[in-house]
Amino acid sequence: MAKRIDVSDLNVYYSAFKAVEGVTMTVEPRSVTAFIGPSGCGKSTFLRTLNRMHEVIPGGRVEGKVMLDDQDLYDSGVDPVAVRRTVGMVFQRPNPFPTMSIYDNVAAGLKLNGVKGKKRLDEVVEKSLQGANLWNEVKDRLSKPGAGLSGGQQQRLCIARAIAVEPQVLLMDEPCSALDPISTLAIEDLIGELKSKYTIVIVTHNMQQAARVSDRTAFFNLAATGKPGKLIEIDDTQRIFNNPGVKATEDYISGRFG
Amino acid sequence: MTTSTTATTSATSSSTTPPASRGGASTDLGHKARGRAFKDQLARVVMWGAFLLALVPLVWILWTVGSKGYHLLLDAQWWGNSQRGITARREGGGAVHAIQGTLIQGLTTALISVPIGILTAIYLVEYGRGRLAKVVSFMVDILTGVPSIVAGLFIYALWVTTFKFQRVGFAVCLALVLLMIPVVVRSTEEMLKLVPNELREASYALGVPKWKTIMRVVLPTAFSGIVTGVLLGLARVMGETAPLLILGPYTKSIANDLFGGLMPTLPTMINQDRTESLQPAVDRMWAAALTLILLVLLLNIAGRVVSRFGSVKK
Repeated sequence: MAKRIDVSDLNVYYSAFKAVEGVTMTVEPRSVTAFIGPSGCGKSTFLRTLNRMHEVIPGGRVEGKVMLDDQDLYDSGVDPVAVRRTVGMVFQRPNPFPTMSIYDNVAAGLKLNGVKGKKRLDEVVEKSLQGANLWNEVKDRLSKPGAGLSGGQQQRLCIARAIAVEPQVLLMDEPCSALDPISTLAIEDLIGELKSKYTIVIVTHNMQQAARVSDRTAFFNLAATGKPGKLIEIDDTQRIFNNPGVKATEDYISGRFG
Repeated sequence: MTTSTTATTSATSSSTTPPASRGGASTDLGHKARGRAFKDQLARVVMWGAFLLALVPLVWILWTVGSKGYHLLLDAQWWGNSQRGITARREGGGAVHAIQGTLIQGLTTALISVPIGILTAIYLVEYGRGRLAKVVSFMVDILTGVPSIVAGLFIYALWVTTFKFQRVGFAVCLALVLLMIPVVVRSTEEMLKLVPNELREASYALGVPKWKTIMRVVLPTAFSGIVTGVLLGLARVMGETAPLLILGPYTKSIANDLFGGLMPTLPTMINQDRTESLQPAVDRMWAAALTLILLVLLLNIAGRVVSRFGSVKK
């Protein structure tokens, strides 16, 4: 179910501006890969190229290859909508659909893609909410609006919504930055459980978080504002935090930045 | 010894100075706060004043129309009869012909303008990039500024002069459509822009195509706002008089066929009875005005009830 991602020589643009340059990396299946780096270095931009969400922004385009197992995501015959069904995403700020109940939020991905049948939907909703560690908290109020939950619960609802369509890969763009430490812990535990089934890529500003949850860590940096961001190095998280290969990584991790 | 005393005194004086200056600073701060409190009060008074001032004509109109028009509305024949065969000299008769005409024309107009308006707004907000979008947006701006009599004359020129058709209720609707579309486009546009982009992205990220995202996520989120905009447009159109005078002058009998000749409406009834100096006609004018206000109010309430369903849940 989980798939490997192979990125080779990827450039990412906003119209004429090159935001990320020459990224080559491999994301292993059934593992957690963390992206760290200063603000504006292109981690989130790069993450969004992995499910073709980057091109939703006017002027957004990409050069290079992103292979999901044997399939190039940017091949001319590939439907971006199909890519996004395979590669799910969780955003920085919890964004449940405000017009929908908790149940409908989780079922949204299936319902909007034409899946019918109450029994099947019921199963998927329960399974996904259990997968997101939210079932026990909301099982008695599934028909209540999703926006009425707390921030941490909303984010887990969004994770449940993302895994309900059974993606192969789950991208997370700073999923805990709007949450308190307890909710953060809940999400981190959840990431640990999810990695047995999914390939997970997480962008984070919190280095302890990267160290806690990830198997591999990629460090992005940019030479100066206005210059494109680059992948500096990617390695086992242990190595990146204890014995990085590049001095810039060590400086960033130990706080001697700039 | 002496030096140390001086040092101590200077130390004491310097240590006593800060509290004094702090005290000064705190009264200073208090002074500033008083200044701001005054401005706050002033702004409050001005705003309440403006609010009450704006309320005066509204209450005045409602009171005048209500007090002069209510007694005819209490009569059952007002809601059951037309003015057929009733001269300005005589009392009696009802407004059912005009009420039906206004409702039929208003709803037909809405039926044509709302889909066009909403689809245009969706194009402008969700799809429109580049030159075509700019042209469309500019055209809507121009249409917003078209005086209603010009819309009426335009349809007259098209319908009667060019195509040689008879003046019918549907021609009135076409003129009203021109007036309603820009209102619907602009208000829907504003509402769609208010839908956070995060919701669209959340939907895309689930592998939902763009059109379905618009239909199932964006439009429902903006639904109640869109309904409000449609109702505002409808209220404007139902009270519109100028195109009606050109395309559909007043008649006294019930005429419910949009393609079957002149159609009476409340605005034209008001205008007709205004020109009479006899009391029964004047009474009917006020009653018709009150009926129009109530009609718009009812439609608004109905719209609010409708927009409750499917709107953002709290």
